[in-house]
Amino acid sequence: MTDARGLTITSAVDRAIRAHGRETYPHECCGALIGRDGRAADVVGLPNTTEEGPRRRFLVRPSDYREAERRATELGGELLGFYHSHPDHPARPSQYDLDHAWPTFAYIIVAVADGQAETMTVWFLKDDRSSFEEGTLHHGENPHPDPAQAVHG
Amino acid sequence: MAKILIPTPLRPYTDKQDAVDASGATVGELLADLTRKHAGLKAHLYNDQGKLRSFVNVYVNDEDIRYLQKEQTPVAASDTVSIIPSVAGGVETVAAPGPPKARSGDGGLTNDEVKRYSRHLIMPEVGVDGQRKLKAAKVLCIGAGGLGSPVAMYLAAAGVGTIGLVDFDVVDFSNLQRQILHSTPDVGRPKLQSAKEKLSALNPEIEIRTHEVALSSQNALQLFEPYDVIVDGTDNFPTRYLVNDACVLLGKPNAYGSIFRFEGQASVFATKDGPCYRCLYPEPPPPGLVPSCAEGGVLGVLPGLIGVIQATETVKLIMGIGEPLIGRFLIYDALRMRFRELKLRKDPDCPVCGTHPSVTKLIDYEQFCGITPAAPEPVTLNHATELTSVELKQRLDRGEKLTIVDVREPNELQINRIPGSVHIPLGDIPKRYNELDPDAELVMQCKSGVRSGKAADFLRSVGFKHVLNLKGGILDWIDKVDPSQPKY
Repeated sequence: MTDARGLTITSAVDRAIRAHGRETYPHECCGALIGRDGRAADVVGLPNTTEEGPRRRFLVRPSDYREAERRATELGGELLGFYHSHPDHPARPSQYDLDHAWPTFAYIIVAVADGQAETMTVWFLKDDRSSFEEGTLHHGENPHPDPAQAVHG
Repeated sequence: MAKILIPTPLRPYTDKQDAVDASGATVGELLADLTRKHAGLKAHLYNDQGKLRSFVNVYVNDEDIRYLQKEQTPVAASDTVSIIPSVAGGVETVAAPGPPKARSGDGGLTNDEVKRYSRHLIMPEVGVDGQRKLKAAKVLCIGAGGLGSPVAMYLAAAGVGTIGLVDFDVVDFSNLQRQILHSTPDVGRPKLQSAKEKLSALNPEIEIRTHEVALSSQNALQLFEPYDVIVDGTDNFPTRYLVNDACVLLGKPNAYGSIFRFEGQASVFATKDGPCYRCLYPEPPPPGLVPSCAEGGVLGVLPGLIGVIQATETVKLIMGIGEPLIGRFLIYDALRMRFRELKLRKDPDCPVCGTHPSVTKLIDYEQFCGITPAAPEPVTLNHATELTSVELKQRLDRGEKLTIVDVREPNELQINRIPGSVHIPLGDIPKRYNELDPDAELVMQCKSGVRSGKAADFLRSVGFKHVLNLKGGILDWIDKVDPSQPKY
């Protein structure tokens, strides 16, 4: 894992994440990214169950996590990661995001300013948990991704 | 040895396996073995202090170990242990992350509700489960008056999800001394309107259902049906028996309370194995023997205490905690500040909840309590024993010689009085009746006509020939003849 990792999303995924962020503004939205081989083809919006104020926090509870894994299997893919929004904050991970991150997952952050979805970024936790590294977010429509070209495009 | 299910993000550390075996007798030992075999997992499961990270959830079968014995939870070979991520994040670092509160998220409580009920949630006897039960519960209060006020307010505050109120009265000035749901500007408004406003302001999260009807044998069963607990805050015997019987027939607990002067009573009736009101009082008292609060008065703070006991019992019944007031009859004396408790047993011969009940449907409770309906009144008969305030006024104006005997208590006479009346309290009549002329025409008078009726009966029984009862008492006199005097 030396090169910058990447994630490819379809325009439908892109739209769904932005729409979810607008919908829950000024609260954070969250959801699961489903696909395979570094290509997210589906999203599953999940309830934000945080009790620490949904304007600055999100929490996917264990039962919803299980549901996301189940949906992934159902769709013939796997759980690639999660997305969430940063209302009126930049699309960069916070210390809090870092403290709670899981390895290998792709974390998409979409900045929502004044109700409008703006920058979208993707992040991966470094193996030693010391920080996130920003990945490359690709847009692609190929419904039958060739594993060889899907990543590192 | 037990199987541990590995979530997607950790599979790179277990050679892509989604399940691995590990040995140990507890969750802690099992995880230690797991991280020995797959060292890369350690940093993601444990923090620098060697504690499980807060967003790492471990389940034994379907139970979160936080609610079992945490890492000491024993594990058998047949158990499946799952590591399940909570995924969390957000902008900025404002506070140290707490443990994921999965249970409350699952509990169907909104964030606002968690804040509102936090003093409940931190008590293990209540907790999220208890609060969920309160939220799901439906309680019907019979009456939105003295008892219904504190009952409904505390149940609303506590988060009982649906509160029904039955009442058809309007707020009167004389209610304000104790019926704290209603305020001075509410005088003249329907009690249910004012009650709903107060309760919704106190807790907008709950549903208030208003039933502006007179409870009757025709509507009681239908009205009670959707509710889990019925709270009896009525002030008369026919309704009390009606509520009791309907609760027994439907199998719904009755959180009972009653108040009079300085004394209150409370119990829980009509539970599955407990006694009902009829086990205690199979028959109502003769009409007029037990005065109502309107007749005898009530200390304004008394319904506060009794109503709160009813609300307490209701909340306990809903959550299934503690020792309910079943089979116990609590009697409270406010003047002496003493509680007494009587033991009650379910009466096998009880006409409604006994082994061979004779009451299997709701009956005519007015008749049962000896109260004949006002409409088909035998007018001709009453003429001989009663007169109206208008008739009294006419006869006085004609200069007829009538002796008005006021049988109320001295403090009542300080409020209002028919001019020229003599005063002998009802209780003194038997020893003082010889002060009255047996040949004179007497008009017996009290507040509303009940006590004076009894005095008239007594005087006739000892040979008085010309005794009339003033129908409607001084209240009717003030309404029809002398509106300058205050009513109480």
